[in-house]
Amino acid sequence: MIQVKNIHKSFGEAHILKGFDANFIKGKTNLIIGTSGSGKTVFLKCLLGLYTPEKGKILYDGVNYNKLEEQERRDLRQQMGMVFQGSALFDSMTVAENVRFPLEMFTKQSKSEMSDRVNAVLRRVNLDGAEGKLPSQISGGMQKRVAIARAVVTNPKYLFCDEPNSGLDPKTAIVIDNLIKELTEEFDITTVINTHDMNSVMEIGENIIFLKQGYLEWQGDKSQIFKTDNEAVTDFVYSSNLFKKVRQAQLKGL
Amino acid sequence: MKFKYVKQEESYNLKYHDFATLATHKLNMHYLHLIGVYFLMIKKVFGRMTRPKILRKLIFKEIDDLIIGSLGIVAFISFFIGAVVAIQTALNLTNPLIPKELIGFASRQSVILEFAPTFISVIMSGKVGSFITSSIGTMRVTEQIDALEVMGINSLNYLVFPKIVAMLLYPFVIAIAMFLGIVGGYVAGVFGGFVTSEQFITGLTEDFIPFHLIYSFLKTFIFAFLLVTIPSYHGYYMKGGALEVGKASTISFVWTTVAIIIVNYITTQMLLS
Repeated sequence: MIQVKNIHKSFGEAHILKGFDANFIKGKTNLIIGTSGSGKTVFLKCLLGLYTPEKGKILYDGVNYNKLEEQERRDLRQQMGMVFQGSALFDSMTVAENVRFPLEMFTKQSKSEMSDRVNAVLRRVNLDGAEGKLPSQISGGMQKRVAIARAVVTNPKYLFCDEPNSGLDPKTAIVIDNLIKELTEEFDITTVINTHDMNSVMEIGENIIFLKQGYLEWQGDKSQIFKTDNEAVTDFVYSSNLFKKVRQAQLKGL
Repeated sequence: MKFKYVKQEESYNLKYHDFATLATHKLNMHYLHLIGVYFLMIKKVFGRMTRPKILRKLIFKEIDDLIIGSLGIVAFISFFIGAVVAIQTALNLTNPLIPKELIGFASRQSVILEFAPTFISVIMSGKVGSFITSSIGTMRVTEQIDALEVMGINSLNYLVFPKIVAMLLYPFVIAIAMFLGIVGGYVAGVFGGFVTSEQFITGLTEDFIPFHLIYSFLKTFIFAFLLVTIPSYHGYYMKGGALEVGKASTISFVWTTVAIIIVNYITTQMLLS
């Protein structure tokens, strides 16, 4: 579980995160949603330790990241997996080498143990047969799956995903969403996903926090988000024509 | 009325003067800040080390990319530069009192002291430097550096340290450049009919000061360090997209060249004068 308390982050004059609390539940897919410029990415980078908040606490299973020594921070970071928006695969490495990379860096496994683990994870994300290919030789959806495989290969306790299905077609996006949800449940990971895709919200939103201008505006789950009266949330949710029509149908009692 | 006008002008001049001072001050602070960031980067490069097994692989890859991959262009340029130096010297020897051996002597001195270490390093700042900036810059743009940091890896050590180690072989490249430069001078001088083989070799071996080689290789080591660290700095700290990667490569080439030229002057002043 990750607990955030009164987090503040500024860049010069711009106050991005203005102090809020949030909880991310273990074994669930936790979604951060909000319009562009609401502070989602900055918040995610604070959770990852890439940015240091000026005020507030981030507790990983009760451990305050900002109070840790450098070595302890590195140890904690090795328990985190991250899926970047653009996958961030290493261009010069094959699919298998990308997935094997964290194992080579942080474990003392033998070559055969590493190969077994890499093959198992690649099988789990339905990528057997693509081991020898370079990232440039596979599709965007496959790249995302490699990124997920690389993120979970060391059995992390925390998984962070920044817009995991951006740039993907709706069908592949659902496959990626479901894969993240399944892995979260299977490995009992605390998963935090940064998204503004309402399909993801409907598909896997077990704990959703909505950010607006650096504040936490609303928190709930996918069943509650369509029933809330919060104006900012309804504006965001019903900004697409499809959801507008769903809303109209709801209001008509259809 | 006239008095008032003068006052206004003085006030304007004062304001302008303040603005210019402030702008200069800000510019100086900006460059000082950048130099500070550069030295902090170097400190971090030698900070927490990547696992030796991984590092070994990376070093061999960098030797292939930076050293082996540069040999062709270095050999080509060195040979022809040596040839041109020999021809230029020969064509300027109009006084019959000046011995023809000077062609060999001038080729050796020019190639060993300047053309091989400095001229080749300027060429390398274009070839190797822009390769380093664009590869690290692309990693920054595509979040690969963030991915390394999130994993708890010292990304500067992972990316830059193997390049510095690989460039310890740079004097080897320069030694090849020296050899081929002199061979080029010999071929152009002898086969061009400017000098006999004996005269060229006599000039080549005459008044040889071994310290000149030490001086050349010493500055080559410094150039090698600059050739890695300045382009790495420009790639690592760049912001933006693909266009900015291109701009960063150009800027890194300019600054690496400037640094090489300045360091060349300082080392020459310190070691030879």
